[in-house]
Amino acid sequence: MKSGSNLEKVLEAGHFSVTAECGPPRGADPEHVRKKAAFVKDNVDACNVTDNQTSVVRMSSLAGCLLVKESGVEPLIQMVVRDRNRIALQSDLLGASAMGVRNLLCLSGDHQKFGDDPQAKNVFDIDSMQLINLARRMRDEGVFPSGDKLEGAPKFYIGCAVNPFADPYEIRVPRLKLKIEAGADFVQTQCIYNMDTFKRYMEDTKKEGLHEKVKILAGVTPLKSAGMAKFMNKFVAGIDIPEEVIKRVADEPKEKQAAKGIEICIEQIGELKEMEGIAGVHVMAIEWEEKLNEIIGGAGLLPRPVVE
Amino acid sequence: MITAERKPLEELIEYVKPYKRILLLGCNECVTVCAAGGRKEVGLLASGLQMALLKSGISIDIRQHTLERQCDPEYVEEIVSMIAGVDAVVSMACGCGVQQLAMRYKDKPIFPAVNTKFMGASERQGVWAERCQGCGNCLLGETGGICPIARCAKQLMNGPCGGSAGGHCEISEDVDCAWQLIWDRLKALGKEESFVEITPAKDWRSGGGSGPRKIIREDLAE
Repeated sequence: MKSGSNLEKVLEAGHFSVTAECGPPRGADPEHVRKKAAFVKDNVDACNVTDNQTSVVRMSSLAGCLLVKESGVEPLIQMVVRDRNRIALQSDLLGASAMGVRNLLCLSGDHQKFGDDPQAKNVFDIDSMQLINLARRMRDEGVFPSGDKLEGAPKFYIGCAVNPFADPYEIRVPRLKLKIEAGADFVQTQCIYNMDTFKRYMEDTKKEGLHEKVKILAGVTPLKSAGMAKFMNKFVAGIDIPEEVIKRVADEPKEKQAAKGIEICIEQIGELKEMEGIAGVHVMAIEWEEKLNEIIGGAGLLPRPVVE
Repeated sequence: MITAERKPLEELIEYVKPYKRILLLGCNECVTVCAAGGRKEVGLLASGLQMALLKSGISIDIRQHTLERQCDPEYVEEIVSMIAGVDAVVSMACGCGVQQLAMRYKDKPIFPAVNTKFMGASERQGVWAERCQGCGNCLLGETGGICPIARCAKQLMNGPCGGSAGGHCEISEDVDCAWQLIWDRLKALGKEESFVEITPAKDWRSGGGSGPRKIIREDLAE
């Protein structure tokens, strides 16, 4: 075991894993996180805690992880390289590991222009590829980038993100290959709606044998309404929702659109479960954590396995 | 070249208001090319300032001059007598020129007339775009001649983020994705395989991370 995290154990035992995510609050209220964690508990193998997603200031990911952990859910810390240089990132990796966080997702982070502090100076001292590599070296070699020995190596199951729907398409599989080389143990994908593009991506991934080197967790997000679908498709960078998916939701009367969104999501998980090379699903029910049990249960993925 | 844009007239009026005689000093290098602070712009600003000031009942003697290069001590030396005859100088050069004047003429107020923007190239008539951030360790040889430091909004060194769509950066449809440009170039050169190695974390010391930078050429330095 590289990290001994529950997520690693579940995946290494060959189970189809389930992760979800919790966005920390825009404030210091811990109850907000505890409430979300209660919806997540027993439905997942690990729960991502986002790091100032869309560059909107929120409670720190590390604090969120600790609150989630106290609630009995295994945390997965998201770390973006937008706001911290390598000194701060290393320090937070050590702190997170010391506090028992065993899963890590390394990300670039949305540009600060999308948040409420567009005047901020970004950092981008290192990129997500280099963060993956940094975390792997610290874990496996027990050294800082300087070569100095660590007093206790941080233990993380290391993840990266991929977006098969972004351009240029041809660079996406080579880039995943690089991330695996850098040290990624698992991948969480961008929300999948366009199954045709995703299937093509998986075919190209398998051609390179990458699905055997890394655990691929397919990302899904249930659509709450046709309005949300249209908004995401138009304004969220890297999201591709085909017309026919939007139409399926839009054809329902307003009060039934959410139920349709959940139905589509469950259907999708069913399809992804059967796809060769997919090791699990990452359910991003954005501000809709109360539906996780219905979605994950509906997809036949409960109860979650217990691996010793 | 170093690009610049002229500051708003209102801001400049606030600078010069307290003085009787000022020197408006242009520069014949980059700011001339980007039409921000050359001889022509010195003339335009002088009459613009004069008219605006007259409207407020203020009369200032505005003298005009343009140096070959304001960032060069030799040229800055030329204007000793001119400087002596004015109460303040408004420099239309980039920040380098302004500071050269301030260092040489220690007791003279010096004000910037332009906002220095970036190192860029001309895209077409009247349009300049950032191309270089002076990182001090050029990697254009590895990236197909397109710089991810100056042109990727996240300065990513190992390929595009998930926000690249249709050739555009996630921050704006008006901004090209640097990695799309790099990939297109690598393909055109048949060098896609150069994208198989992880670019390690950059040493930013050469890029300003270790404080103000200096070049000392022993063969030239006196």
